[in-house]
Amino acid sequence: MKSSTFPIGGIHPHEWKFAAESPIEDFPLPEEAAVSMAQHLGAPAEPVVAKGDKVLVGQVIGRATSFVSAPVHSPFSGTVKAVEPRADIAGNMVMHVVITVEGDEWLPEIDRTPDVPMEVRFSAEEIIAKIKDAGIVGLGGAAFPTHIKLSPQKKAECLIINGTECEPCLSSDDRIMREYPRQIIMGARLMMRALGTDTCYIGIEENKPEAIRALGDAAAYWPGLQVVVLRKKYPQGGEKQLIDAIIHRRVPSLGLPIDTGAVVQNVGTALAVYEAVQKNKPLIDNVFTLTGPTLEVHRNFRVRVGTPYSKILAFAGNLPDGPCKLISGGPLMGKAIANIEATTLKASSSLLIITGDMVPRNQEMTCIRCGKCVEACPMGLEPYLLNRLCRAGGRQDELEKERIYDCIECGCCQFTCPSYIPLLDMIRTGTAEVMKIMRSRPKK
Amino acid sequence: MDKLTISHSPHVHGRFSTRSLMKDVLIALVPAVIMAVAFYGWAALKLLVISVAGCVAIEYLIGRFLLKSPGSISDLSAVVTGVLLALNLPSSAPWWIPLVGAVLAIGVAKMTFGGIGQNLYNPALVARVFLLISFPVIMTNWTLTEPLVSCTIPWLQGQVDAFTGATPLGLVSEGLKSGIAVPEIMQQGQFTWQQLLLVSLGGSMGEVSSLALLLGFVYLLFRRVIRPTIPVVVVATVAVLTLIFSLINPARFTGPVFNIFTGGLLLGAIFMATDYVTSPMSFKGQVIYAVGIGAISVFIRYFGSYPEGVSFSILIMNSAVPLLNKYCKPRRFAGEVRNG
Amino acid sequence: MIILFTVTCLFALGLVFSVILYFVAQKFKVEEDPRIEQVEKLLPGANCGGCGNAGCRAFAERIVSAESMEGLFCPVGGNEVMNQIAEALGRTAVEGDAKVAVVRCSGSPDCRKRTSVYDGYASCKVMASLYKGDTDCSYGCLGLGDCASACEFGGVTMDPVRRLPIINTDICVGCGGCAEACPKGVIELRSRGLKERRVYVSCVNRDKGAVTRKACTVGCIGCGKCAKVCPFEAIKVEGNVAYIDFTKCRLCRKCVDECPTHAIAAVNFPPRPVPEKPVEQPKEEEQ
Repeated sequence: MKSSTFPIGGIHPHEWKFAAESPIEDFPLPEEAAVSMAQHLGAPAEPVVAKGDKVLVGQVIGRATSFVSAPVHSPFSGTVKAVEPRADIAGNMVMHVVITVEGDEWLPEIDRTPDVPMEVRFSAEEIIAKIKDAGIVGLGGAAFPTHIKLSPQKKAECLIINGTECEPCLSSDDRIMREYPRQIIMGARLMMRALGTDTCYIGIEENKPEAIRALGDAAAYWPGLQVVVLRKKYPQGGEKQLIDAIIHRRVPSLGLPIDTGAVVQNVGTALAVYEAVQKNKPLIDNVFTLTGPTLEVHRNFRVRVGTPYSKILAFAGNLPDGPCKLISGGPLMGKAIANIEATTLKASSSLLIITGDMVPRNQEMTCIRCGKCVEACPMGLEPYLLNRLCRAGGRQDELEKERIYDCIECGCCQFTCPSYIPLLDMIRTGTAEVMKIMRSRPKK
Repeated sequence: MDKLTISHSPHVHGRFSTRSLMKDVLIALVPAVIMAVAFYGWAALKLLVISVAGCVAIEYLIGRFLLKSPGSISDLSAVVTGVLLALNLPSSAPWWIPLVGAVLAIGVAKMTFGGIGQNLYNPALVARVFLLISFPVIMTNWTLTEPLVSCTIPWLQGQVDAFTGATPLGLVSEGLKSGIAVPEIMQQGQFTWQQLLLVSLGGSMGEVSSLALLLGFVYLLFRRVIRPTIPVVVVATVAVLTLIFSLINPARFTGPVFNIFTGGLLLGAIFMATDYVTSPMSFKGQVIYAVGIGAISVFIRYFGSYPEGVSFSILIMNSAVPLLNKYCKPRRFAGEVRNG
Repeated sequence: MIILFTVTCLFALGLVFSVILYFVAQKFKVEEDPRIEQVEKLLPGANCGGCGNAGCRAFAERIVSAESMEGLFCPVGGNEVMNQIAEALGRTAVEGDAKVAVVRCSGSPDCRKRTSVYDGYASCKVMASLYKGDTDCSYGCLGLGDCASACEFGGVTMDPVRRLPIINTDICVGCGGCAEACPKGVIELRSRGLKERRVYVSCVNRDKGAVTRKACTVGCIGCGKCAKVCPFEAIKVEGNVAYIDFTKCRLCRKCVDECPTHAIAAVNFPPRPVPEKPVEQPKEEEQ
């Protein structure tokens, strides 16, 4: 198949896929874990255990409180030490269930055998109910509850499985595609059944030939599934860009992917769906890359949700003196970690360590109006102009006219800016202000 | 490990910096500079050095004593302006011409507007046009200075011998005024392909070799410093317009090849019109801007009192840039906005 | 001859245009209450928005159209200006309370350790959208000076050593621009108080006492001692932080001596004859 890509903007950062050749290892269980109740977009879960309760792996410890919410399951067996607010990676207080880990005892109904059952035994409603009960959220980063995405308002025409992993450094998706291709295909088939569609595209960037081969082989048995090879360009993994690259339709401004008839799910989500439906295993762990451009250690772990970052950091070896930045996620969209005692979430995918000269940002200089940000913006915006309007303050109406709300915060503009202007810092705050005004407006 | 550093994403940065971009422009100018020095000798080098030194010194002095801000000379933009200014001068110019030019370019056209990124007009061109109007005799004195390379190549020797003290465009303009038709002028001028593409003597220092300029263009494209839009559209506009005119009246109007490879068109299209600060941001804006430059150049050449008009046309289109930026938006990702 | 022609032409043109202009002015004349102009002239013209309107003009329009002076107060002009306006309109002014901005955080770097390095655009708003801040206190001042840049009067400056804003109370008109700009809500508008004397809790940390104590040595730990000692019931402890209601406070300063972390600030009081304990007075309020 001819490789394609999205047409507007984009950048070509270094690949830095150092961990792509390291197989997935099980991460040792910590002595104490804290499982956050706000692991997904939407209302946080409500703890259903109390101090002193014994829990097993897979047991529900947090209950979904509203439609846009997801339950949380215990990733460990042991005793609940406390149910209290603790700081997340940004230092904000969030309700956590703290568990003292004792042994590794799983709920009996979870199938831990290595067989891969490939027959679809459930109806669409049953699959969605199982996904909902397993607390599955989008593992691409946004952590949107998956059962909602699988019950769209309109009829879905196709399912797109996102295996692009366009961010530099990350390789967890690459690894699961190589190691669990049949499981991912099975997850995709279950989601196709849930959506009632018979078309599924699996988008993979061309720099992962082994993943393309593995998934291509696994998909060949089943009708309707097709691997689409995409040219390498960031931000291909963005939902809107991926839909454009594969089915050549554009999500309208302020619209949803379903407006184009497509539903996008990450490969990690597909694997989690397979495990939930076929093996009764809720979402309690994920594959996690420990890497860094200047690091010598590059590993992929299967990490249980709720493991402290400090435990993972210990595997990175001795870090050099000097400035250091820890990032949860990729170098272009990841979040900097302020609190290393914070724990991993369902949608965490990596611990990226940046040290030395790469840490501090360069001194900001005057805009030379080179237009590189305009060229790089995948949404066709003018970041230089948005930056200027944001700094001027009180220009929300103009920002709205310039469609600041279209920004997907991919960071291409700031990455490419020769004057080191923190364009995205400004645009983010501007977007928040504009969205506040737009939401407060009465609906037509 | 020190205290953790926290910032918003993105956490990495691409290879571009203002300095690296300016450095690439300077590297792209090297072939043109080599040609200038080779064929106009030490006189060319002298003007070049004075021009660059003048621009840098004035930028430094204004930054240090008037704006009292940390200097912006480290970004090399003043050096680029200096080299471009020198390439727009005749090699026979006296030493003070580039100095006056530097004051105008940096002092008037750049720093009065607030320094790099703020100026409305291309600094080097403002200086050139000012000098051209104020010192017309000096600025159009195309006497050949002594070259560094010996002119033993036959076709080159022929050019030196046949040199009449006017540029090809000047020759055409003079010829038409005295009632000679274009084909005859072409015959008298003996314009060969070597002259048009490789070395053409007489004219500004940067106009020696079209090939050297094209080489620089390829380098800039390869390094992704500029996009091909502006130069290609300028040249295409000139080609189309001159083709139409020369087909209508071949005795009055010169053809496309002659117009593209003579005078300052390539120098202007590749290095002046693409100046970041004074060119539009969006693709659509760039196309309009480039068409304007090409068209105005052709009209000045054909109907104006000056034989050459690229500098003027770029400056005229520079003034349209704020408007183009306001009204020519890039193609948005989504055409429609959903209500909600 | 030419001169005469030119002069005639210009004169004729001028005449034609003036006639046109006159008619246009007549046609598009906007009828307006002349009192609006009058009131606007009396207002200070700072256009700060401290009154809750878009600017002085908008405020003048509102005053003129309003029935009474209730709820209308210009913090910049104060009672003096409001009295003048009321007089001009033939109404009675409602006495307003002059306010002043107060920084409710004393966490300078020597009391509040910096635990991380912020490396983004120097704006509190941007920093607050990223994380709790570069100290362990997630409520206090971020020290990047959004308040200083928001102040239209130049009344707020940043102390480079203490990394806290200093409010120049001589300049401050109480418009609330800085309070609105602060993403952490650290700045509060409080009554200027009798003889410019004010007592307030200089902390907004809602964490539990132990957490606060660990993050900052001058934070309010919510122990409630001040509330117990207050004879006027002016102090309430809510969400682990004490708040002194300035409408009830009688400036007795009993709470100041009681506070174990010296989180209660008392400013512009004469020095006491025998100080029992050294009381930290935030520098920004010293005049």
